[in-house]
Amino acid sequence: MFDFGIVTKWLDDLLNSVMPGWLTTTIECVLVAVGLLVAYSLIAMFYIFYERKVCGWIQCRLGPMRVGKWGLLQVFADVIKILQKELITLWHTDKFLFKLAPYLVLIASMLTFACLPWGRGLQIVDMNIGVFFIVAVSSIGVLGILLAGWASNSKYTLIGAMRSGAQMISYELSCGISILTIVCLAGTMSITGIVEAQADGWFLFKGHLPAILAFIIYMIAANAENNRGPFDLPEAEHELTAGYHTEYSGIHFGFFYLAEYLNLFIVSGIATLLFLGGWMPLHIPGWEGFNNIMDYIPSVVWFLGKAFFITFIFFWIRWSFPRVRIDQMLALEWRYLMPIGLVNLVVMAIIVTQGWYFGA
Amino acid sequence: MAEIENKITQLCPQAQVDTTGEFPLVTVDDAQWHDLASALKNQLHYDVLSAVVGMDWTDSFGCVYYLTNTSTHELLHVKVATTDRENPRLHSVCDLWPVANFQEREVYDFYGIVFIGHPDMRRMFLRNDWVGYPLRKDYDPASNPLRLEDETNEDYTCRWVEDENGKVKKIDGKVFEDDEYVVNVGPQHPSTHGVMRYRASLDGEIVKKIDVVSGYIHRGIEKMCEDLTYPQMLLYTERMDYMAAHINRHCMCMCVEKALGLEVPRRAELIRLMMDELMRLSSHLLSYGCLTMDQGATTAFFYGFRERELIYDIFDRTCGARMSMSYSTIGGVVADVHEDFVKDVRHACDVIEKALKEYHKLFTGNVIAVNRMTGVGILSKEDAIAYDITGPSGRASGWHCDVRKTNPYSLYNEFDFDEIVYENGDSMDRYMVRMKEMEQCIKILRQACDKLEAEGLQGEYCAPKVPKLMKLPAGHWYQQVEASRGAFGVYIESDGNTKPVRVHFQSPCFNLIGVVDLTCKDNMIADLITITASLDFVIPDIDR
Repeated sequence: MFDFGIVTKWLDDLLNSVMPGWLTTTIECVLVAVGLLVAYSLIAMFYIFYERKVCGWIQCRLGPMRVGKWGLLQVFADVIKILQKELITLWHTDKFLFKLAPYLVLIASMLTFACLPWGRGLQIVDMNIGVFFIVAVSSIGVLGILLAGWASNSKYTLIGAMRSGAQMISYELSCGISILTIVCLAGTMSITGIVEAQADGWFLFKGHLPAILAFIIYMIAANAENNRGPFDLPEAEHELTAGYHTEYSGIHFGFFYLAEYLNLFIVSGIATLLFLGGWMPLHIPGWEGFNNIMDYIPSVVWFLGKAFFITFIFFWIRWSFPRVRIDQMLALEWRYLMPIGLVNLVVMAIIVTQGWYFGA
Repeated sequence: MAEIENKITQLCPQAQVDTTGEFPLVTVDDAQWHDLASALKNQLHYDVLSAVVGMDWTDSFGCVYYLTNTSTHELLHVKVATTDRENPRLHSVCDLWPVANFQEREVYDFYGIVFIGHPDMRRMFLRNDWVGYPLRKDYDPASNPLRLEDETNEDYTCRWVEDENGKVKKIDGKVFEDDEYVVNVGPQHPSTHGVMRYRASLDGEIVKKIDVVSGYIHRGIEKMCEDLTYPQMLLYTERMDYMAAHINRHCMCMCVEKALGLEVPRRAELIRLMMDELMRLSSHLLSYGCLTMDQGATTAFFYGFRERELIYDIFDRTCGARMSMSYSTIGGVVADVHEDFVKDVRHACDVIEKALKEYHKLFTGNVIAVNRMTGVGILSKEDAIAYDITGPSGRASGWHCDVRKTNPYSLYNEFDFDEIVYENGDSMDRYMVRMKEMEQCIKILRQACDKLEAEGLQGEYCAPKVPKLMKLPAGHWYQQVEASRGAFGVYIESDGNTKPVRVHFQSPCFNLIGVVDLTCKDNMIADLITITASLDFVIPDIDR
């Protein structure tokens, strides 16, 4: 399988040979930032299109069909439209916080996005506490949402923000615990380390029941973290019109929208990384021919393919289930998910220490 | 009839009872009215106040109260009048029948009759700064030019109380206290199903009190009808509850036919009945869609709409329109059915029957849906009767109130179908009643298809002798039908001219908003949406 590390190393060496070290670093940082921004916006646009089509399919519709072939240009049209829109600021709002909020949400998702392992050797920084970093920076988002709700000075947004705060902080626990379970199995927090550890079998299959349980808990909690149905209470269109971002318009609203879709990709990416072997191809022990063919598929395709598949499950859930109520949402977390998650973590620790997992 | 006359004269010797009309008519003075009302309710089982019709007889103001006996399903009406045109006052019956709360507010709004003892004597539909009372015969429309400024929130209310000496005094009150956290829901809101507005007092996520603010699409249909001929009036019946367009129009037609003594051909009545049931089916499909969507299950919404198209296609082919069909007419229906009508109806029945299973699979058994609806917004049977909540919502509370069964009209006697009644009166039951009622609609439609086939697919569809110039004899009539959302009533009073003196529409949805506060209190914001969706009201039917 092709290792992208060769390309990046070659570029690094090339730059270093013609210019001083600090300039190399600067240029590389700029390149990475540009690359990230491009990937970020492209993926967001793809996801918007993807969700519209999947949602249309589930609801016996066609989805957008008018702009471009199969409606392919619809998203571009929407982006142009949203860029042209006026940024409306209301009276009696805290203007600074009001404008800061969408950027906070965007920054949080951007930082997390930067940590994903895209393919073999295709990663920005490989920190030894990579997973911990992801969990840490992804929590900044809730601050943006709370600020948005608070600074808008509207009753709807305030209720939306309160719900969001309660929800995201609660479900972060379950999310964290299920991630810990896998860290326990992998024995490392480094993202590359976790992926490498799944070379001979994905954790979902390797880790017995605790891994499967952790996967289910993660899927539920991640859905809630993302404020997506059935946990879309902070937005709850039918109750709060649009929840915390009711008062936002134009590109400020666009940022929330963008971040929401990107967060969807990020949680799918993390699920891929933790449970489905990241960019690792599917290997079945003993089937050498099959494994060789799988190796020919580029690692980026593997990663994106798995992430899109997980996203499809999220879409499926969102468009099938009704919304839960705030008390039910909190009860689900504190009475069921978290206790189960904690027990699961202990069980996983026992399995790891006893060496009962597959391929031990 | 004579028996009732005796009983009432025993209860109240001053009351005059007239049993010559379609329903017994009791005329009583306002002074005895409240005592008689309480006796009628407590001793003679007239538990339901079906309609309150405000009246202006030019020499006097008053109300006609239609009461229904819950054990025999007989109707009775009481006429109460006051000759004081300066300060017309009647005694409120709010304490006996809570449904009178909103009904009397409506009468106050249009006639300026003050109800003594009413807890909340505010206008119902019109703006607070409205001048005069529009349904009075001496009302001058020029007194209310088009206002260009916003209506301010009116937090003040008042009530009139009578002390021992008979002196009536006005007491001011407030709707919400100053320290309450009041959130405005509507009139533009995704889940009020139209221009409806609530002001909800919240404590965190808990709803403490709801004040319903109506009238955003009030068109004054009743007032307009006073200036229209009877065939012209039919048009407006479809624009109230547009999800019961055929049924409302059918009711109006029946009321006029009753007054004219017109015989409708059996075939026309059968076609009308089929249209009514198709309408009910489409209404319940929409209700399923809206209820699910209000709880966030958007996909289910599309499923309901998909099947509803079939019914609208049938309307399209026979009536030439999909929404306001204008199909029934006085004496029958406007045109014969499309040649494929029966085939189409059978096809729609088959498809919907299959689709219903899919609906249940997608939504009914879903753990979130069950938890969201079970035990939420309970309306007890007593409350349903007291607030006159008819239709599926009333039957979910265990009240047998289907007009098709209690006072069969049209050809419903000939059909074999069940009245769906549930026990708990929560949102889940209201939802289930509608789902089960759809099966009964299909059952009726299939029987009707057989009958229509047996009696000829083409044939007589309208009475041959419908007078061109329609003049109703002097008098008044009341007709009830079972619309999609409950008992729909039409009251017509005529003085023998081509135009009526007074038309009143007793819409089921108007009563439904009366229980919003009762059922939503101490529930969460999310439940407010669930409950209002499960009550399933249509706003134009409330506002009229």
